[in-house]
Amino acid sequence: MPETLLSVRGLKVHFPIRRGVIFDRTVGHVYAVDGVDLDVPRGGTYGLVGESGCGKSTLGRALLRLNPVTDGQVVFDGVDVAALKGETLRKARRRMQMIFQDPMSSLDPRQNVESILTEGLVAHGIGDSAAERRNRVVETLDAVGLPRWAMSRYPHEFSGGQRQRIGIARALVLGPDLIVADEPVSALDVSIQAQVINLLADLQRELGLTYLVIAHDLAVVRHISDTVGVMYLGGLVEEASSRALYAEPLHPYTRALMSAVPVPDPEVEDRRERILLRGDLPSPANPPTGCRFRTRCPWVQATRCDTERPALTEIKPGHKVACHWTKEIASGEITVNR
Amino acid sequence: MTLLDVQDLSVAFVRRGEAAVRAVDGVSFTVDAGQVVGLVGESGCGKSVTSLAIMGLLPRRGVELGGKAVFDGTDLFGLAPRDMRDVRGKDVAMIFQDPLSSLNPVIPIGLQVTEVLKRHRGMKGDAAGREAADLLDRVGIPDPKRRLKEYPHQLSGGMRQRALIAMAVACRPRLLIADEPTTALDVTIQAQILELLKDLVHEFGTALIMITHDLGVVAGMCDTVNVLYSGRIIETAARRPLFAAPLHPYTHGLLGSIPRLDALESEPLTPIRGSVRDALPWASGCAFQPRCDRPVEACVGAPPELDATFTGHEYRCVNPVRHSND
Repeated sequence: MPETLLSVRGLKVHFPIRRGVIFDRTVGHVYAVDGVDLDVPRGGTYGLVGESGCGKSTLGRALLRLNPVTDGQVVFDGVDVAALKGETLRKARRRMQMIFQDPMSSLDPRQNVESILTEGLVAHGIGDSAAERRNRVVETLDAVGLPRWAMSRYPHEFSGGQRQRIGIARALVLGPDLIVADEPVSALDVSIQAQVINLLADLQRELGLTYLVIAHDLAVVRHISDTVGVMYLGGLVEEASSRALYAEPLHPYTRALMSAVPVPDPEVEDRRERILLRGDLPSPANPPTGCRFRTRCPWVQATRCDTERPALTEIKPGHKVACHWTKEIASGEITVNR
Repeated sequence: MTLLDVQDLSVAFVRRGEAAVRAVDGVSFTVDAGQVVGLVGESGCGKSVTSLAIMGLLPRRGVELGGKAVFDGTDLFGLAPRDMRDVRGKDVAMIFQDPLSSLNPVIPIGLQVTEVLKRHRGMKGDAAGREAADLLDRVGIPDPKRRLKEYPHQLSGGMRQRALIAMAVACRPRLLIADEPTTALDVTIQAQILELLKDLVHEFGTALIMITHDLGVVAGMCDTVNVLYSGRIIETAARRPLFAAPLHPYTHGLLGSIPRLDALESEPLTPIRGSVRDALPWASGCAFQPRCDRPVEACVGAPPELDATFTGHEYRCVNPVRHSND
């Protein structure tokens, strides 16, 4: 069993909703992330999937303390990042880097690539001389498949795929252990997506990186992750190895999600049965009582679902589900009630 | 019966002092009544411009439009603007990608739906209101009477797209053009909307042009698929042969670069190298040649013609992908 690099316990991120002009009253909270536990082993890839508004990006940002943490622990290599402050936090960030969804809006349009990549090196005091830092930039650009002349160019001069490579190089140049990638390929064309996915896999193999990949595309997440966690309205509803999750999704939400993903194969598309969910995601400011998925769950029961919030429990080795009726649904004892 | 016949459509954007940009370059395809036709391609391939041209929504200035779009015997490009306004929204309707930017934010949903009914079906007051509520109900919006009074920002993304679909089908159009109708939506909502579109096609016999970059959506919806690259159709086939045996290296490459949820093991993806920016101009050969993994000498020089197999599978390539069972 490889050592755990990142361990999250009971993480909560609540954003206050404020009203009033003179008196700044807090009238409620948005429960963006509400009690998440997860572990990422060194060198592994943890994929986080869920629909918009489920809190997956907030979770990813909270790990690097880009969002305030309301409660809980984020233990990175033995140190609780959630409790760090000031200079110690800044130093810890060198080892935890982020890749953002839209490279156009996360790269400064007025900085050339060399300046973008060198900024972090200077901030963290890496490299003794400008020449040494320059060398490091060249090596990193080479690793992500960009030519040397890219250094003097500006972000707008590159195509979408190349820009994402710059974003990856920016994260990589500091030599991090953990990379949190928030929707790294969703802004890219299909043919470019595959290039970037392969690049991320190659870099992991060469540099022993640990990834937390956040995406809404189940197929992408399954492809690059060892372990996948499915989020719904601020909490994990299922966690399993990517193979087990696809072979045997146990949570009703995961089953619905999987049945909704279109597969580029007419034979499969014609045969399959969709589990259509009714309605939309409830507001995270006012989540349903009990199980948060119960308002849309096709298997919802009259008891327990509305009163008791199910905990994420291990059903099989490495396969955790947060549902009161996992066994009954799997055995067919409970059927879809429509 | 052929409902829409697009012949040799070309669209070029011209600016003074700059070379013309040819977004669509000789695109021809037909749509039969009740048929779902897909236009597939990556950004910049001309799929959206094609749909805007058919709808007559391109600006007049700075655009050179060529070819014909014959709808039920009439060339839409030959119509006067006021005649086109009678066709648009009545016989031919369109659904856009981003429902928030295609709805007017300061007008309640109800007024926006009844506007169509008043303009094209001559309905008035209460009758129009009742019909609008009916339409919202049919596209699966709960509590339609209340929703009619609400503004677009009060609806969720899926609801907005449903409202837009309600407006588009208000006059039972014979042709519906959907430009990336589910791209801005989550997968579970996408499944709902695709199901709704299928039902509408089925129920009203509406022909549907589905414009998308998502081959998964195409596989589940379309009868015929046209794959576009750099402004030209490079492959046309019924969906089953297209997915089972793609002939053009581009289509083949696209299918190889999509991670599949149902793959047994995660096989390495085989991406297409380079990007759309590397395209050659069609006049000097095949636009896809710089990214192709099967280039031959004949690729450069003259543009490849659209060829067809005896089963009617059309492709624009001099060295098509061979499949062992051919």
